[in-house]
Amino acid sequence: MKSIQKKNILHCYVKNHIRYLMSCLLLFTLMLSHSTYASSISKTNITDNGSKQQVSTKQTQLEKIIPQLRVKNFKKKIASIKQLAEIDDPQTIVILEALLNSKLYYQKSDKKVVIINKKNNQYETFSTLNNNAIAIVQKKTLKKITTNNKLRKTIRALLAKKKILNSNLDVRQNALKEILTANDASLLPVLEQAQRQETDKSQQDLLKLAIALIEVHSNNSETRQSAVKRLGNSLYPVAKGKLTKILETDEHGQYIEQDKAVIALAEKAMQRISSKLSLFGNLETLFFGLSLGSVLLLAAIGLSITFGVMGVINMAHGELIMLGAYTTYLVQQLMPNDIGLSLIVAIPAAFIVSGLFGVAIERGVIRHLYGRPLETLLATFGISLLLQQMVRTLISAQNVPVITPSWLSGSLVLNPAFALTYNRIYIFFFALFVFAMLMLILKKTSLGLQVRAVAQNRGMATAMGIKTQWVDSLTFGLGSGVAGVAGVALSQLTNVGPNLGQAYIIDSFMVVVFGGVENLWGTLVAAMTLGITNKFLEPWAGAVMAKIIVLISLIIFIQKRPNGLFPQKGRASGGH
Amino acid sequence: MSALSQVRYKVRDALRRDRTFNHTIIESDAYLQGTHSVHPNELDVSHGPVLYLEDISVSFDGFQALNNLSLYIDDGELRCIIGPNGAGKTTMMDVITGKTHPDSGQVFFGQTMDLSQMAEHDIATAGIGRKFQKPTIFPEHSVWENLELAMKTDKGVWHSLFTVLSAEQKDRIEEVIEIIGLQALYFSKADLLSHGQKQWLEIGMLLMQDPRVLLVDEPVAGMTHQEMDRTAELLTSLAGKHSVVVVEHDMDFVRSIANQVTVLHEGSVLAEGTMEEVQNNQKVIEVYLGE
Amino acid sequence: MLLNYLFPHFMHEDTGGKWLISLLIAITLLVVMFNFFIPESSALHIPTYMVTLLGKYLCLALLAIALDLVWGYCGILSLGHGAFFALGGYAMGMYLMRQIGDRGVYGNAELPDFMVFLNWHELPWYWQGFEYFSFTALMIILVPGLLAYVFGWMTFRSRVTGVYLSIMTQALTYALLLAFFRNEMGLGGNNGLTDFKDILGFSLQADGTRIILFTLSALALISGYIASRFIVQSKLGKTVVAIRDAELRTRFIGYKVEDYKLWIFVFSAMLAGIAGALYVPQVGIINPGEFSPLNSIELAIWVAIGGRGTLFGAVIGALLVNYAKTYFTGALPEFWLFALGTLFIVSTLYLPQGIVGLFSQFTNKQQKQSAKHGALQEETT
Repeated sequence: MKSIQKKNILHCYVKNHIRYLMSCLLLFTLMLSHSTYASSISKTNITDNGSKQQVSTKQTQLEKIIPQLRVKNFKKKIASIKQLAEIDDPQTIVILEALLNSKLYYQKSDKKVVIINKKNNQYETFSTLNNNAIAIVQKKTLKKITTNNKLRKTIRALLAKKKILNSNLDVRQNALKEILTANDASLLPVLEQAQRQETDKSQQDLLKLAIALIEVHSNNSETRQSAVKRLGNSLYPVAKGKLTKILETDEHGQYIEQDKAVIALAEKAMQRISSKLSLFGNLETLFFGLSLGSVLLLAAIGLSITFGVMGVINMAHGELIMLGAYTTYLVQQLMPNDIGLSLIVAIPAAFIVSGLFGVAIERGVIRHLYGRPLETLLATFGISLLLQQMVRTLISAQNVPVITPSWLSGSLVLNPAFALTYNRIYIFFFALFVFAMLMLILKKTSLGLQVRAVAQNRGMATAMGIKTQWVDSLTFGLGSGVAGVAGVALSQLTNVGPNLGQAYIIDSFMVVVFGGVENLWGTLVAAMTLGITNKFLEPWAGAVMAKIIVLISLIIFIQKRPNGLFPQKGRASGGH
Repeated sequence: MSALSQVRYKVRDALRRDRTFNHTIIESDAYLQGTHSVHPNELDVSHGPVLYLEDISVSFDGFQALNNLSLYIDDGELRCIIGPNGAGKTTMMDVITGKTHPDSGQVFFGQTMDLSQMAEHDIATAGIGRKFQKPTIFPEHSVWENLELAMKTDKGVWHSLFTVLSAEQKDRIEEVIEIIGLQALYFSKADLLSHGQKQWLEIGMLLMQDPRVLLVDEPVAGMTHQEMDRTAELLTSLAGKHSVVVVEHDMDFVRSIANQVTVLHEGSVLAEGTMEEVQNNQKVIEVYLGE
Repeated sequence: MLLNYLFPHFMHEDTGGKWLISLLIAITLLVVMFNFFIPESSALHIPTYMVTLLGKYLCLALLAIALDLVWGYCGILSLGHGAFFALGGYAMGMYLMRQIGDRGVYGNAELPDFMVFLNWHELPWYWQGFEYFSFTALMIILVPGLLAYVFGWMTFRSRVTGVYLSIMTQALTYALLLAFFRNEMGLGGNNGLTDFKDILGFSLQADGTRIILFTLSALALISGYIASRFIVQSKLGKTVVAIRDAELRTRFIGYKVEDYKLWIFVFSAMLAGIAGALYVPQVGIINPGEFSPLNSIELAIWVAIGGRGTLFGAVIGALLVNYAKTYFTGALPEFWLFALGTLFIVSTLYLPQGIVGLFSQFTNKQQKQSAKHGALQEETT
């Protein structure tokens, strides 16, 4: 499961970069064409990857056929249109659509066929060959290429076929989604042809659905039954909608549908869809739970270090997270042209900013309050108020906009009923990464060794020549820095404002206390448990109530196991 | 007393590996006949020992602090317990006072009170007083108040809210203050006392509790020789009326007060006897001087 | 000393308390007189809104005493005392809502406006009885007391102490905050309870009612103070301090520590409930905001700045900080959080004993010297 996910993510990563490049190109063409109309169709312009020579032969073919569209005789016109449709060039779609929408004209002066776009009583003309804007002209200089019903019907069929069999996946997909509800039996042969050729998995599914949706209306009972059966395989809402329609009853509770076999099959299919939907619903909840868990982990893990190792309650921890989020904002302000990169830059920047604030807090206040945990709690709360107000005064009392880079937006669609947003996926793995890094630091570095020594026996550590003060500062800096990094991640999920930290402080403490102090693994398990529990409670208790239930259960849990899930056992734990 | 609990007591007594095994059987018969005069919640020392520790094991995270420790303290006895660091002395006291629950084994106060089933305050009320290694007194209270709080009386909340010291109680506090020699410091905050004075104050608080058994953890740590002599005097004078268990590192001090010495090593009893016997015990010499 | 004749014997040592109560009585009398007998045109006249503001402060001072009992004397830093205050306030608010009767916007004699608005058709069971003042008065004490009892019973028995306990209390008030925000709770949701009309038949807008409420607040504060003083002077109070300083020792001399903690915690919660109940008719509203953790933690700083474990320190702290808050939020709103934050840091770093501690430092020094002297004497004998 995990490896599949990873593969998918990798795949999407690459895909996203391609998408990024493509959108750059798109922007470029947009700038060239100066036209809203052209931009809507220019997508098709750039996706053709035929060689230059092919392009030129197609061009000549186009040039040859386009003038023939002006003929008055509709039979001849239909023939030319069919000829035009034969040409394997995305530009034909543009021309056909223009014709269908009455936007194909020819200039009276030189009989040149153009596409037009109405603009304030004036007509803007575009080349039929490459969509380049030509000029803005008066209406009277142009003459419309006329159409009739039969012609339009032909065009529609040709267009559908052309799009459904298009070499570009996006075009194929969009076309299919458009005709999904059209119930046009005439498309059946095209769809079947497409199904034979199709290589893309999700497009295949869509095609099957489209065919089934059409065949459901067939007169042949067997075809219908088989179509109903196949509808049960699809997770698209349309399939469920169609089945619901088949199962509709009149006011007496009698099925409107007459065919008993179809009803039975439809019910079965409906059941299959429902059970699948509930499975994916649960998977989705699990995903949201893991996502919330990873957020809690990020928020709590820094606290776990400062609280666990130093026994210090840092109420300003939430504000250190907030500072991290604001650092992200500021970094984006500094490099507005590289939003994608800015987030990467923000991670070390936030670590340093929050870390330095942490060290300053430790040196300036907490150091003087060791052994007085309740006073530390109050003093750090004072600091949290100061930091909040500082942000309000220096930046803004309002939320600031943090931009989500393109590689983080969008979602990984596994099937129509199950899509995972990239930002949550990234943050989940990011949280695990941060966790692993911290583990590594604590277990493998000399700083980690000293930190653990101080945590276990401060007096002995001092006696062995460890500079406990120095270790304290660094530990606190580390915990605070991690809070800053958490802020970077949170800036992608929630609003960034002065109160950002407040929302997380109680939850973070709950996670640490639940997991057991001085235990990073405990923090991990606690964060995930709380996240998942919360999300699974939400559907039937409501978001607020779920949170209350979790809080109350935690309070009760702590009574039963005051040292958390994974208590640190030993003689010292009782304490005098 | 219900039949069921009678049976329970009988079984428990029968299972006890006791020095006075034969007596116990007779006694449990007495239980069954309903003629025994001692209530289970009252101290019964009719068979000599006031404290029974039998097969006590305690471990912390894999570290075996007590390992099948069996120890008996006689009523009115003064017993010194010595042993190297980590021998389990403090843990033993924790087990007796209910701070730590044994993984296995039994702790009985007299014949009838199962200490492992009792809460700390119940154990204290039943008559076991404890002095900690580090003097633990109430720093913000005066010497007088420290003793007043420790006094043997009803310690319920509502009683405490309305109680006023009676004349006898005041006399008793003054008496103890004289015993511990803090007359000049009646109303001083306990925090301001010297280390030795704090040690005495804590002993004074023990006296106020009027316990049957005093557990005293390193009473002379940080005391001058003079103070030590006085402490020794005090502890020996207490024996007889109370049982006194002293854990101590200072061998001179132990020699000056003890007639019975128990040596703990790695969580169990290594040797027991008079100071001389113990000093000449080959095993003890090995442990203390190394192999 | 003359004052000694006026006060019960257990307050003879409590110089600060005697001064404080005398001062409170004097101020109450003066305020009432200056409001009542001096014409509004005079510069000496105290306007009614000022009287109400003072009454508010007095309620908060009572709340501070409640916290000082558990924190200053028992070492339990409750970060959820605002919850008990708010519960008392809600109980009073429910009574006041019932008193509105059919004078609400929707004119429903049975249901408060917000319930009509939410299309509720009957009064929830927990609203029953709040039309009677005596029942309400009982609930003002019982509801916070019961919550404190349940929470304390679980917590103290399992020996959750120190910062853990503080975090637990904070989680408690946070959970209540979330719960009271919900409309389904039937307590006005986000908006809380407001638009009160009268109390025991007296209009809440009337000057007379406001002055009586102020006087009652002063009386409640004074009685609360005396009761608390009686408790801390008793052996129970001494035991509670002993628990704060050396819990294990207290256990080992035979005290059932959890009982003591529970008793003082419940008493304190009840006191907070009374403070909340007096507060609500004077400010005219109670909403879930009172449950916010920030309120409770701010309360801790009143006590800290005044001086913990003195009772009168808590009163002084509450009055000073709240006056400062009124001043700052009026004059320099953006600086209030700076000021409050700095107050937190300064009071913990430099004023561990609070303002009261500054004064008593001198006498402490003297005592220490005399004790040293005694100790020296001891050595030589």
